[in-house]
Amino acid sequence: MKVTLKVWRQKDAQSPGRFVTYVTPELNPNMSFLEMLDVVNEDLIRRGEEPIAFDHDCREGICGTCSLVINGKPHGPHRGVTTCQTYLRSFKDGDTIVVEPFRARAFPVIRDLIVDRSALDRIMWAGGFISVRTGSAPEANSLPVPKDVAERAMDAAQCIGCGACVAACKNASAMLFVAAKISHLGLLPQGQPERWRRARAMIEQMDREGFGACTVTGSCEAVCPKGISLEFIARMNRDYAVALLKGDSPVRAAAAL
Amino acid sequence: MATLNANIPSGPLAQKWTRHRNESRLISPANKRKYKIIVVGAGLAGASASAALAELGYEVHNFVYHDSPRRAHSVAAQGGINAAKNYQNDGDSVWRLFYDTLRGGDFRAREANVYRLAEVSVQIIDHCVALGVPFAREYGGLLDNRSFGGAQVSRTFYARGQTGQQLLLAAYSALCRMIAAGQVKSYTHTEMLDLVVVDGHAKGIIARDLRTGRITRHNADAVVLATGGYANVFYLSTNALHSNATAIWRAYKRGACFANPCFTQIHPTCIPVSGEYQSKLTLMSESLRNDGRIWVPKRPEDCSKHPHDIPESDRDYYLERMYPAYGNLCPRDIASRAAKKVCDEGRGVGPGGRGVYLDFSDAIRRLGLAKVQERYGNLFDMYREITGEDAYQVPMRIYPAVHYTMGGLWVDYNLMSNLPGLFVIGEANFSDHGANRLGASALMQGLADGFFILPLTIGNYLATVHPSQRPSTDHAAFAAAEADVTQRLNQLLHCRGKRTPTEFHRELGRLMWDHCGMSRNRAGLQSALRQIAELRDRFWHEVNVPGESTCLNQALEKAHRVADFLELAELMCLDALHREESCGGHFREEHQLPDGEAKRDDERFAYVAAWEYAGPDRSPVLNKEPLVYEEVRMTTRSYK
Ligand SMILES: Cc1cc2nc3c(=O)[nH]c(=O)nc-3n(C[C@H](O)[C@H](O)[C@H](O)COP(=O)(O)OP(=O)(O)OC[C@H]3O[C@@H](n4cnc5c(N)ncnc54)[C@H](O)[C@@H]3O)c2cc1C
Ligand code: SF4
Ligand code: FES
Repeated sequence: MKVTLKVWRQKDAQSPGRFVTYVTPELNPNMSFLEMLDVVNEDLIRRGEEPIAFDHDCREGICGTCSLVINGKPHGPHRGVTTCQTYLRSFKDGDTIVVEPFRARAFPVIRDLIVDRSALDRIMWAGGFISVRTGSAPEANSLPVPKDVAERAMDAAQCIGCGACVAACKNASAMLFVAAKISHLGLLPQGQPERWRRARAMIEQMDREGFGACTVTGSCEAVCPKGISLEFIARMNRDYAVALLKGDSPVRAAAAL
Repeated sequence: MATLNANIPSGPLAQKWTRHRNESRLISPANKRKYKIIVVGAGLAGASASAALAELGYEVHNFVYHDSPRRAHSVAAQGGINAAKNYQNDGDSVWRLFYDTLRGGDFRAREANVYRLAEVSVQIIDHCVALGVPFAREYGGLLDNRSFGGAQVSRTFYARGQTGQQLLLAAYSALCRMIAAGQVKSYTHTEMLDLVVVDGHAKGIIARDLRTGRITRHNADAVVLATGGYANVFYLSTNALHSNATAIWRAYKRGACFANPCFTQIHPTCIPVSGEYQSKLTLMSESLRNDGRIWVPKRPEDCSKHPHDIPESDRDYYLERMYPAYGNLCPRDIASRAAKKVCDEGRGVGPGGRGVYLDFSDAIRRLGLAKVQERYGNLFDMYREITGEDAYQVPMRIYPAVHYTMGGLWVDYNLMSNLPGLFVIGEANFSDHGANRLGASALMQGLADGFFILPLTIGNYLATVHPSQRPSTDHAAFAAAEADVTQRLNQLLHCRGKRTPTEFHRELGRLMWDHCGMSRNRAGLQSALRQIAELRDRFWHEVNVPGESTCLNQALEKAHRVADFLELAELMCLDALHREESCGGHFREEHQLPDGEAKRDDERFAYVAAWEYAGPDRSPVLNKEPLVYEEVRMTTRSYK
């Protein structure tokens, strides 16, 4: 099979970008989408042209590095998978496929299809942790955690930090990402002491980073490769409300070291 | 010749670590603040080390080439992490975990280091639970365990099929806390391209900002490399695409010894190769061997039949047959070689005859579909994504693939290399897994090194140097190292040949897989050595790297890593050639027992081969650290 690609090319954040059309060589339907880009890039390099810059690493859906908006959908046509787990058998011979970066105010383009997602890290710095000093932890089984609670925390903890939820949202909100982290830690007994302060600190950092507000349209959940549920946003909103009521200072937990 | 002193504390094995802790040099809290430590890498080893060092008060600078520390390759580990908790009451103990690991490594690891690893393992679980790792639990709310290869007890802790991800997120969260506290400065998208050595001590690095191409110099009182393994020298492996050897290779070329480079792990359960375009291989976690049964048809002529049409009596559950005591749970090197053997006999299944079945039908009958889904659901999903097949209905097809490198930079008991001030932790060092690593022990080692060992042992070095004597980045050694880096990058950009960096990488990988892979022989290794030298020569003339070095340039990043792989590959073959014995993952065809099992030679090869760089056109020098076992006797491994 062969396809035609319309790919966003942009030298850097300052330069304007544009779509460039490429007709691929003969492809195998068992190739992954990224392997198809590899093939296109190999061709470009052989011709002395600069390859299309795109993010990737593990190529098995767990590191959260790959991105791409494929035909308007972050992580491509399928639910519950990342771009690197998308295979050409999902497309037809002769298709035209539009490939763009994750677009959001908080995610400036670095080059071509690569965007800067460091805002997500900064939200984590604000409070995405449980403050325990190495060496001070109690015996692991001293605090039982009901199986269903551990499973629920794990459902939230699966977030790979890819930012597709942001790219899918018309407001470029990062609520699903933040809710996943807050819920993961906030559900576990170990996360209780900092629960309210964590929620407030992370949400306020999210606002500072320029992410938009949540209007509960659910497009984030629909594209999330890990199936993070919107219910976690509701849970986070409750935690945030309680945090405001409690009036705990959102001061970074770490400052109290 | 380098001086290799392993610095193993005296006294009984079980008391060495306690004694060493008691005798290690301490640095006062007020002075810790003045020391600056560079940590390269934020996988389990690097993230945990950075966090723990920062908690102690050191000024830490952490570097990763990833866009976020959370994306290190550790994130991809699926199966689990070992610890000698004995929660199952099945007779586990620190001694047993130690012994299993040492024996699994075919008695080529350092006894004292492995014992310490087993000892520290219990603290890791405590700490990770406190950090919020949602480990699997039983209905009573306590932690659950599963079994893994090479052990007859259940000591593996896990978080669905995403244990590495959850542990990494925990270590990353500890790191985030220290970044927020201003104790760690985090450099992302920044790749270390050289080590700076001043008067024989590691004192800094040269790095490149991958976004802007800017080359920067960074000084420190000590440098910690936590840069992972080098399995990608084989091109196709289970590692993430960007995993590479540059940091440790550059350190080697600056004088750090490289130990046992040929010790590579080939993992038995991976999805077979499907075509030339293939960019990586996907691991199906070893935990699947708990409940899946591995088989091939007894007769080659049945290989093309649908598996359901092959009756029980015509199937060969070869691991259960050959290794009745451990069956499907025998160690990885043995399971991989057995798969190769049955495929070489013409009994392999799937395209090209390079595959064996991993069958869950018995497990589904015994446990029910729901339980199998709960245990392995995400792995079955992943298998379907990649192959388009439903493993609940038809058996999975698997084949061995390169997975892990036991070799790495040589370190002593303090985890310091022969270059003072250079520490190496996690997969990047060599010390704990000998010639074969047991499942669920790399995560354990990464966190043991980073959280609990290095933060203490580094004091033994720091106490001997004063921060006021830290060389500035204007020192001639920094300028020289930077000039080397710039020259190398320019040379790559100016070749303007006709072939892509990936083409060379693919060719190198094929060579290594054929001659330095699952089984090796003298003629093959000698031919590989010739071919690698020739390939490297062609690389520097024919490679094409478009673009400039002053902006994000992925072709340049790739070419630079491939250039280093092309050198490292040679050292691996040299090491494999010199080791005239079979042990663990290193199988020399000339050295096997009549039944085809590995024939180890403790008289001649019970040592660590620590190779020392001797200059561009000279053969490296072989240093030997004898493996002196104080309490364990080296025996022939038997899993029968
Ligand atoms: C698919 C898979 C599954 C696995 N499953 C298991 C398992 O179930 N149990 C188990 O115990 N082990 C498992 N392993 C092995 C284990 O995951 C690794 O050995 C371990 O995670 C390595 O951790 P690390 O911290 O040493 O290195 P990594 O996690 O590889 O981290 C390397 C870090 O170094 C940085 N880096 C490297 N070079 C440079 C440079 N030049 N400049 C700047 N930064 C650099 C990277 O950015 C990264 O942060 C698995 C491995 C694979 C491939
Ligand atoms: S919530 Fe889902 S889409 Fe958003 S960052 Fe996490 S995994 Fe990606
Ligand atoms: S490349 Fe790691 S999730 Fe896609």
